[in-house]
Amino acid sequence: MAEEVRQLKGTSLWRDAWKRLLKNRLSVIGLILLVFMIIAVTIGPFIILKTTGFTADYVPSQVDEGDLVNSFPPSFQHPMGTDEAGRDLLARVLQGGRISLLVGIISTIVSLIVGVSYGAIAGYFGGRIDNIMMRIVDVFYAIPYILIVIVLLSVFGGPNAPDFITALSERIGGAGNQGMSQIFLLFFALGLVSWLTMARVVRGQVLSLKNEEFVLAARASGVSTFGIIFRHLVPNVLGPVIVYATLTVPSVMLTEAFLSFLGLGVQAPYASWGSLAADGIKNISIFPWQLIFPSVTMALTLFSLNFLGDGLRDALDPQTRKF
Amino acid sequence: MDKNGSILSVNDLKTYFQTEDGMVKAVDGISFKLEKGETLGIVGESGSGKSVTNLSVMRLIPEPPGKIVGGEIIFDGVDVRKLSIDEVRKIRGRRIAMIFQDPMTSLNPFLKISTQLMEVTRLHLGHTKEQAYQHAIKMLKTVGIPDPESRINNYPHEFSGGMRQRVMIAMALSCDPELLIADEPTTALDVTIQAQILELIKDLKARMGTSVILITHDLGVVAGMTEKIIVMYAGKVFEQARTKELFASPANPYTKGLLKSVPDPAHEQGKELYQIPGLPPDVAHLPVGCPFQERCYRVEDICRREFPPFVQINEGHHSLCHFAKEVYAESNATTLEEQI
Repeated sequence: MAEEVRQLKGTSLWRDAWKRLLKNRLSVIGLILLVFMIIAVTIGPFIILKTTGFTADYVPSQVDEGDLVNSFPPSFQHPMGTDEAGRDLLARVLQGGRISLLVGIISTIVSLIVGVSYGAIAGYFGGRIDNIMMRIVDVFYAIPYILIVIVLLSVFGGPNAPDFITALSERIGGAGNQGMSQIFLLFFALGLVSWLTMARVVRGQVLSLKNEEFVLAARASGVSTFGIIFRHLVPNVLGPVIVYATLTVPSVMLTEAFLSFLGLGVQAPYASWGSLAADGIKNISIFPWQLIFPSVTMALTLFSLNFLGDGLRDALDPQTRKF
Repeated sequence: MDKNGSILSVNDLKTYFQTEDGMVKAVDGISFKLEKGETLGIVGESGSGKSVTNLSVMRLIPEPPGKIVGGEIIFDGVDVRKLSIDEVRKIRGRRIAMIFQDPMTSLNPFLKISTQLMEVTRLHLGHTKEQAYQHAIKMLKTVGIPDPESRINNYPHEFSGGMRQRVMIAMALSCDPELLIADEPTTALDVTIQAQILELIKDLKARMGTSVILITHDLGVVAGMTEKIIVMYAGKVFEQARTKELFASPANPYTKGLLKSVPDPAHEQGKELYQIPGLPPDVAHLPVGCPFQERCYRVEDICRREFPPFVQINEGHHSLCHFAKEVYAESNATTLEEQI
């Protein structure tokens, strides 16, 4: 009886993939760690505020103005120690994690939307349209993307932010918030350069799918071109797209860390894992925890994202699976 | 419906494909008429232009390389060729529906059956989600899917070939079209299922009053299903007749060859099955004269020199052959066995 019910319920390809994913131990660990990290950075700062009263910007009052050293090693009160201004490092790492993960996820979503539509349109129409669109991608590829990001950030960074980004960040972060507009610029700049590979992946898939009979069947039943691309073809390419997206998140986060480390990315009063590491490296020989904790947290997150991405690839594309 | 009462009339349709090998005249000057409620069979070997004819009717020829270069396709009094693509889209699926050869590939593997069935009616009939869902269940019931309420949420890979073809039929008929084009609907199915699917199409046709074009290369399939048959060869209509007449007294050597190639389990025990010698010609490089000359059993000099005329034998019976009348007379005088 139970067997019958299960049979009738319909196993989608997603459910199958999920089962395969759960068999892969490393990606399950990655998934758990990632979920834990997301929960930690979302509600962690509130818990710290409620229990100890520390925030990312809070300088405890017992820190004496005349005291030259405000960096305290990890203790029960400060599990990760404090930074050189005496602020609780755990609170700062969690706060920074918010920004880092946000940059990673939002830039990936930007690249997903742009890349998938661009690639699907190029692949479906083919011919001259495809040729022109993909040559544009090639041109973008030829420009070192770090250079584009650096140029974008230094030209439009700080007070020079373009109007639409300022408007967007003011709506969300409040007026006159320059640090916030810098972060939005980062989303935009990283998203802008990371859609290229996505577009190529999707185009290749669509190119081979568009000659399938179900596309002809959909056309024969009067579905519009838009409907065929986005309702029939895009779901079919989601497998590789998801895999590629999970691998884009860590690479974008790494780029963000790299830029922030150089001082181009997230700026005070906001922090990200990259800028925390940059602060920590100044004191590496005396206060090593200031570098170690942000870096280890970030490394763990990147590991788990990469393991999850690998697991997803095996789960969603059974043909390449190792037995 | 136009003044003559025909739902579809195709006049001198020409669909050519530009290939590296030259111009391929996949369909070259085809004409036929389909009355309302009638079933028309189109028979021919692979590459004879059967499918291209019907894709042309729905304006589904990929352009480039293909192009409808001439002729008229009058559907219900309107020339489909003159409509804008948006207007054509309103006809596709709503008034002319199509069933494809391979049910394994003509359903989207990533979408639930419900999604695919609902898409058509929401698009054409303006159904809400709920209406479309109920309609989809009703259609699945009509085509004989058991337990449609729960099967509707399955994915295509959970259905067998025959059931998928039933789903395709349900999808094609869900907007109650006036014309159903079935492009080799049973070729990919095994024999027992074939009979069921044909029975289903026949039954639904009778119930809904749909006109049907049945494309096939299996003469056994068209025999019991159709009122009229067109035999196509190398992009041309070779013979056109009422089904009974065509089977009883074919007026074209090619049709005779086809009829003789049908295996007959009751007779011919131990005998080798007849086959038409040679291969279909390369449509890009047709010989001068009759395209069938190389394979014809009664070829004469004139066949190699001149293109054969489209001879009218009697009302509704035409044949593309220099000796159509002679072949017709032979057919009436003797049995197939003695002729070829």
